[in-house]
Amino acid sequence: MGKNLVFLPIVAVVIAIQLLTAWTGTIYYLTQLTMSAYYSLLIVGLCVVMGYAGQISIGHAGFFAIGGYLSAALTTRNLIPHADFLLVRLLNSLGCLQAGQDVYGDPLLVFTPWVACIIAILTTLIVAFILGVPVLKLKGHYLAMATLGFGIIIYRIVLASAYFGEADGISGVPGFMLVPGLLVSGDKAWRVPNYYIAWSVLLLAILLLRQLIDSRVGRALRAIHGSPEAAEAMGVDIATYKLKTFMLSAVFSALAGVLLTHYNGGIGPSEASVMKSVRYVAIVAVGGMANLWGALAMGMLLNFLSLRGLFGSYDDAVFGLILITIMLFAPNGILGLQLGRIWQGLPYFLRKKPVTKGVND
Amino acid sequence: MTILQVLQLSKRFGGLQAVDEVSFSLRQGMIKAVIGPNGAGKTTLFNLIAGMLAPTGGEIRFQGRAIQGMRPFRIAGLGIARTFQNIKMFTGMTALENVMVGRHSQSKSGFLASMLHTSGCRSEERAIRVRALELLDFLGIADCADTLATNLAFGQQRAVEMARALAMEPSLLLLDEPAAGLNIYETAEIGRLIVRIRELGITVLLVEHDMSLVMDISDEIVVLSFGQKIAEDIPTVIQQDPEVIKVYLGE
Amino acid sequence: MTTELFIQYLVAGVTYGSIYAIVAIGFNIIYNTTGIINFAQGEFVMLGGMLSITFLHYLPLPLAITLAVLVTMGIGAAIEMLFIRWLKDPGVLRMIIITIGLSILIREAALHVWGSNVRALPYFFGNEISTFAIFGARVSPQVLWVIGTCGLMVVALNIFFQATSIGREMRACAANRVAALLCGIDTRNMVTLSFVLSAGIGALAGAVMSPITYTQYDNGTGLAIKGFTVAILGGLGNSLGAVAAGLLLGIIEAFSVSVVPLAFQDAIAISILLIILFVRPYGLFGSSAMAGLKEF
Repeated sequence: MGKNLVFLPIVAVVIAIQLLTAWTGTIYYLTQLTMSAYYSLLIVGLCVVMGYAGQISIGHAGFFAIGGYLSAALTTRNLIPHADFLLVRLLNSLGCLQAGQDVYGDPLLVFTPWVACIIAILTTLIVAFILGVPVLKLKGHYLAMATLGFGIIIYRIVLASAYFGEADGISGVPGFMLVPGLLVSGDKAWRVPNYYIAWSVLLLAILLLRQLIDSRVGRALRAIHGSPEAAEAMGVDIATYKLKTFMLSAVFSALAGVLLTHYNGGIGPSEASVMKSVRYVAIVAVGGMANLWGALAMGMLLNFLSLRGLFGSYDDAVFGLILITIMLFAPNGILGLQLGRIWQGLPYFLRKKPVTKGVND
Repeated sequence: MTILQVLQLSKRFGGLQAVDEVSFSLRQGMIKAVIGPNGAGKTTLFNLIAGMLAPTGGEIRFQGRAIQGMRPFRIAGLGIARTFQNIKMFTGMTALENVMVGRHSQSKSGFLASMLHTSGCRSEERAIRVRALELLDFLGIADCADTLATNLAFGQQRAVEMARALAMEPSLLLLDEPAAGLNIYETAEIGRLIVRIRELGITVLLVEHDMSLVMDISDEIVVLSFGQKIAEDIPTVIQQDPEVIKVYLGE
Repeated sequence: MTTELFIQYLVAGVTYGSIYAIVAIGFNIIYNTTGIINFAQGEFVMLGGMLSITFLHYLPLPLAITLAVLVTMGIGAAIEMLFIRWLKDPGVLRMIIITIGLSILIREAALHVWGSNVRALPYFFGNEISTFAIFGARVSPQVLWVIGTCGLMVVALNIFFQATSIGREMRACAANRVAALLCGIDTRNMVTLSFVLSAGIGALAGAVMSPITYTQYDNGTGLAIKGFTVAILGGLGNSLGAVAAGLLLGIIEAFSVSVVPLAFQDAIAISILLIILFVRPYGLFGSSAMAGLKEF
């Protein structure tokens, strides 16, 4: 358990930030920090795909959108006109649906957030599987283009279909009661709890990923990176491992989409855009590819700055520039640049695996 | 008892017949060597058995089961381990971690168990570590356990590769030119090691250039020339075989 | 479907298809000399259109287009010299990411220079409504410009690669870079030249297509992915395959309009890409044995 001591200072910082905002009356910062935490959830998942499985995906915004849009649509689109269908009645009797009111006070019958969430995650798993099975057997260019293509398809679908609100997206998404007393919602009264909910989910995800990397599966992934032929000769089924990693990260992305959509109360097509996918890739690259902490730090920092509007109309350009600069001058990420020496000085349990060959695949 | 049978095995690359209807077999617990001049098809034969290439004809039977054309990871799972001529260490991993990867086919924790660090996964992990350390010790490189494998000396890397292969608890070990790049002392060392591995009950098939090593340790030798088997016998007979001498020394 | 409608779809398909083919050939030229896929290929097309529109304020049309093509070629050269040339043995993943970053930078720069408005060059002859008839179908003369220019480019490139010494050196570089280097060919300059050529043909295609398809700062991504689809369909690196595959994709797209809503048209091309990647990653005209010899 000593290995997980590294979480203590992070939890301390998370609490300190919340106390600081309360003390200085800048509690509104928590909103962007909460959103950044959800984006970072996607980013740490992508980090495992890029850094450990050595695959590049330019379509993770697509998975985020599947999660976000499905949960938004299922929890807002009224089923009352279809209430006589057998399937709807069946779902209703199983407790998958809940009644409510829309903005005009008319009665609504929609999916409960939990059921919507599960449907969204399952859909993502299926899509990631279909996309991943053949594509992950191919190399570099192909996967990049195929995932890019997948991202564009999702973008076109949400933009062109009335069910997903076309250019306006979906709004009025209700809160998501995780357990009684814990509501994922953008309501001001719930701001502080939501900050902690987001961070709990994120840190739990990182804990799971760290344990994964630190185990037989993680070792096999790193071995694939080190020498694919030798890994296969040791009995590692490379294609399956890459596929499972891809599916895992897709689920993380979808979950981030579900939670952020409930938090924001809606989702728009820009969440599915290619630029978002590129942005996530850029952040993983800056963080050092095979470095979960780097991904976390950069995910929080850059998303926060972007959400605060610091980059203005140059938002997308900033991420393009970051991408190029990092790949040209510091392919092991900025943490890999000068911190290398400090890194060696850290106690062993803080040092997580070396990041050599992060991008030379 | 026959552990490996190669029957009429052929591999064609376009117009080149790299391996031409080669047949031989290995008995349990023996050391068998495949020799031949450059371009004789040794490495191709080796890669066919290890599953890196699919044959264009013939059969390979391991413990009575046809394995030709299977993916390498499946063949590894059946109990055939291999080393590489130009050593392939896992970069960025320590010697110990390299050997631990060798336990892959002997363990089974999947994605979920690994993420949740279930108790089964933890005890499996401890067992993997213990066995890997034992093997490093067996090969006399236990003190290198925490060194990055790629930073080790060449001879030590070869030993790590051997430990990694042994970690798979194979019944058949394929060695691809184990003495390549080693000096005469290291070669003699590897020879002793191969004999010790056989004493563990592991059958060994090696492809080798170094005649002294092959003559020393092999029970039987297969000689290839231009993809065809031209002789198969015990070392003393092979040394006298006029055809083999002709192939090696020219007319 | 009436004959007129059929012809109309066919002509539209060939028009778009020849543009896709040019983008695909742009991919191929750079891929052949460097082994990388330049994700900024679509941006060259967008730049060709945008720059021509701007230069048209000061220059007559032929000069404006010429200057736009030259400037885009300069940008292509600059990209290679600034971002690619000095990298020592970069991995595929790193190169992909760099060209993706470049495509975004060019796109964002275009957004800030030209805004997000849709622009277009005027029709080279006549205007939107001037047409002529083929087998009874009314067709705009601009499509002849597009098809003709793309056809000429393909012929000119073929002559360049077959009959000029620089073209042959580039092919040698594509076949075996080390051997070419040993023969005294400056492979680095060949790489620069490949970027210049790709940028040039992309820009010219971007200019002639502008009156019909319009030009917007974010045209590039869609064109890139369709061009890539075509490059894969035709077999990566195979330019004649790209022409055939380009026309095929263009025609499939054009006829799909009658079945699938316009908004989903892009999805068709991309679905074809995904399907092709799944079943024949070495292209319609290639073989798996050939693909095995190449480094992807």
